[in-house]
Amino acid sequence: MYRYDEFDATLVAERVSQFRGQVERRLAGDLTEDQFKPLRLMNGLYLQLHAYMLRVAVPYGAMSSKQMRRLGEVARKYDRGYGHFTTRQNIQYNWPALVDVPDLLDDLADVEMHAIQTSGNCIRNVTSDQYAGATAEEVEDPRPYCEMIRQWSTFHPEFSFLPRKFKIAITAAEHDRAAVKVHDIGLRLYKNDEGEIGFEVIVGGGLGRTPYVGHTIRKFLPKKYLLSYLEAILRVYNLEGRRDNMYKARIKILVNAEGIEKFAEMVEAEWAQIKDSGIDLPREEMERINAYFAPPAFEKLPDQSEALEEKRASDKDFARWLRLNTVGHKTPGYAIVNISLKPIGGVPGDISDVQMEAVADIAQAYSLDEVRATHEQNLVLPHVKKDDLYAVYSDLEKADLATANIGLVSDIIACPGLDYCSLANARSIPIAQRISERFADIDAQEELGELKIKISGCINACGHHHVGHIGILGVDKKGEEFYQVTLGGSGAEDASLGEIAGRGLSSEQVVDAVEKLVGVYREHRQDKERFLDTYRRLGAEPFKEALYEAA
Amino acid sequence: MKLLKLSRGRLFPALEEPLAEVSLEDWRDNPQEHADATALKISNDTSLADVKCDLAGFSTIILEFPAFKDGRAYSQARLLRERYGYTGEIRARGDVLRDQLLFMARCGVDAFEFTGDVDGANAAMSEFSFAYQPAADDLAPVWRKRLDRAAAA
Repeated sequence: MYRYDEFDATLVAERVSQFRGQVERRLAGDLTEDQFKPLRLMNGLYLQLHAYMLRVAVPYGAMSSKQMRRLGEVARKYDRGYGHFTTRQNIQYNWPALVDVPDLLDDLADVEMHAIQTSGNCIRNVTSDQYAGATAEEVEDPRPYCEMIRQWSTFHPEFSFLPRKFKIAITAAEHDRAAVKVHDIGLRLYKNDEGEIGFEVIVGGGLGRTPYVGHTIRKFLPKKYLLSYLEAILRVYNLEGRRDNMYKARIKILVNAEGIEKFAEMVEAEWAQIKDSGIDLPREEMERINAYFAPPAFEKLPDQSEALEEKRASDKDFARWLRLNTVGHKTPGYAIVNISLKPIGGVPGDISDVQMEAVADIAQAYSLDEVRATHEQNLVLPHVKKDDLYAVYSDLEKADLATANIGLVSDIIACPGLDYCSLANARSIPIAQRISERFADIDAQEELGELKIKISGCINACGHHHVGHIGILGVDKKGEEFYQVTLGGSGAEDASLGEIAGRGLSSEQVVDAVEKLVGVYREHRQDKERFLDTYRRLGAEPFKEALYEAA
Repeated sequence: MKLLKLSRGRLFPALEEPLAEVSLEDWRDNPQEHADATALKISNDTSLADVKCDLAGFSTIILEFPAFKDGRAYSQARLLRERYGYTGEIRARGDVLRDQLLFMARCGVDAFEFTGDVDGANAAMSEFSFAYQPAADDLAPVWRKRLDRAAAA
């Protein structure tokens, strides 16, 4: 993991003092709420329906056990004993008091964490593959590049007042767990035909009220030019992006207005002027950052674990958890463990202070001190010995964190919705809870296989409904909550946007609707087809028919 | 409103001598008529690549910051300094907020039409000891300091 040196530590500490001063000016009445708003929004502090919400950055989702423990302590000390992991691998606290926020940030700075650029029209926390550094699928570890971007984008003087927020994601694996095609910039590390590793640069993807799948503007960018190329894209966007209408201000609108070829030309022309002007990191600095992500000291182990196989044979629930929540590691004898934050009937992404501390303890004992947050609002222990899997499972079970449902119908993404958010039109959480309860039977869930339900409480699409196999969007119809269903979306390497199934449904109808859709799938699926595959093969008709027949 | 000028990282109140201002559009229409102008106003939707005039003939270029959210002139300031080699005064006009002065200065702005107090402005200018990235000022990025330190060790 990256560790701060004195420069990183100083900058974060100075940011906390700066914010402390801004809060003092606000509390003393020297700043009005209107004047304070842009300042707090530079630091992840939102005013929501009932209270302030603070969003803490988890750079590319990576945390040490010490950091995870501190997140738990913060939840207890400054909040109501819980936190909420978001679709950007960050964590949000829903109830901090304004006067406490500077102290809270000091506590985070102590463990090399901050809330810098978790809101505002700037470059936000870079997201990545939660299996980075652990999966055999990747050509290279993407995290060093995330860290390089984190540093370059932090307090960038030119790009702190962009037309709109700006999100970058990086993957280095064929199977895209970072949703790079639906980001402002998606970067895919891969090896070209000459055997060189570099980036495919994808621009202009995004969800929200005008969803787009991104376009490739450069097939291959040598790694050493990463920052100058990003600077060229951002400069074109900063100068040319629309500012007259906040709903048309994201880069995707500019890309599609100019046309992808024209936009690519603009970027290339800008880049030609700055590519060797000293923006890119010298080799030594790239190597310095890379060194922090060198593989940890894995033990030499046989790939098979006898202890594991014995328990697998004797404990049916453990065997299921293994099947659903663990995946292969690049090192023989190790596994990657997913921790579901989607217990049946729970709030997706929520985790208590005590649970965070339990995860920290488990990571310290069994996962080389590392924890990851995923954009699907779960956690990952990246480096667990197969010999230890039963112990990890048992400890997770004691903390109520052993739900086996990764990728299944109850592993739902949901935004905070009208329970917290001042932008929402409808509640998301209760819908997720009721769907999860309806499909509680784990045997039936497993039999259904991968099915991604994503729920947003408004058109801003924080719950990624456009890329749900089944997407649910909350809308307000004359003061009543309604839900629009979309079908066939995907945020993975086979990215596609869901199609609206038909008229909106009431909150009572929407859970039945999901059950009907699943029924169509059950009836028509062939072999090991996923819900999404069946939908793509058959088209929308049979699903629409089932949804709206005699309804 | 006062005029603050930047000198060696500090802001000083400056005497406001009336500027002979001309907008880029007016100057283009009739350069002869504005031969006495010393300050050129460039709107923030102007592409600098299309300006094509002798910027060095103006002692001041005025850039617009109409609202805190509108950050186009940050890019314009950097381009004026780094691409078009402009060495005269770049003045920020509009909604110039204390907490944005440092970013503006890093992009090459060195004069500010500012309504807040001077001490506060200077406090804001010195809130950060380092910067991660190069810009139009002469601050060495953190990675350069790291290299220098490693070389010295």
